Amino acid sequence: MTNDPNTPSGVPFAVTPDCEKVMAEVDSFLDQELTDALRSSITAHLESCSPCFEVFDFEAELRLVISTKTHTVEFPDTLRIRIEEKLTYLRIEGSGATESGGGGEPRREA
Amino acid sequence: MSRSGVRFSSRALMADQRAFAEQAMEYMPQLYSTALRMTHNASDAEDLVQETYLKAYKGFAGFEQGTNLRAWMFRILTNTYINSYRSKKRRPEETELDDVEDFYLYRRMGGLEAVRASRSAEDELMDLFSDAEVQSAIDALPESYRLAVLLSDVEGLSYKEIAEDLDIPIGTVMSRLHRGRKALQKQLHDYALARGLTDAIPEASLEAP
Repeated sequence: MTNDPNTPSGVPFAVTPDCEKVMAEVDSFLDQELTDALRSSITAHLESCSPCFEVFDFEAELRLVISTKTHTVEFPDTLRIRIEEKLTYLRIEGSGATESGGGGEPRREA
Repeated sequence: MSRSGVRFSSRALMADQRAFAEQAMEYMPQLYSTALRMTHNASDAEDLVQETYLKAYKGFAGFEQGTNLRAWMFRILTNTYINSYRSKKRRPEETELDDVEDFYLYRRMGGLEAVRASRSAEDELMDLFSDAEVQSAIDALPESYRLAVLLSDVEGLSYKEIAEDLDIPIGTVMSRLHRGRKALQKQLHDYALARGLTDAIPEASLEAP
């Protein structure tokens, strides 16, 4: 690469002013928080600037790694059953509650 | 006389609540995994999710159909956690994050070296860290950063949604995410170093941030 890393802004390679602007938006870009106009101007820059593209690509992959590696929790099916039971109970209680004020069953569960 | 009014609206509410049961169940595993990362404890996480569903069920009339139910559920989860669980934790008081330079991992693992060696950095990134390492790197973040990173990077909520969940301005969400992610990268790099999976790049070869 021809770029000489010597930048004041934390950008990991020497940059054009365009690069600096683009690198400042990595987060917002990857978080899908940019306006369409800004998004397409960044996309256009990335298509023609491989150092910027490499950084964006790396950061995007890292997001994927984090999201993938944190979605491996085993979900306890007993929890679903427990919650469904409680909701069913609330619904039944609710349907009678307007008349009787809620048939003696304590609302608070252990 | 107000009694019949109550009864009428409570019938409408019941229809709502039946709809709730049909719509909201699919989010349970996601909510549970976030709850587990918030509480670090399976039994607390189960209680937190259960409380979230009970609150959501009771408040479903206030949910505006057509808006994002998933985001709404996460808001209740986050609020419940902040209000009832966080205070119980003996987690040390909020520490500030050290300053970490931008693109911390890229500078050390990807970067121009990897490009020159025509080695695809991203191919190895996925295999470089274990689930446990990623999880413990997130766990190691100070609470306010951890919640922002969880809601964004793990659950994919928008800045606006996170701002509402945590009751902070969007600018604060962005800075917490930025700083939290950098700290996360540094932690991951430390793990990789510890396991000898990557070479330490001498600090001298890195430009000052």
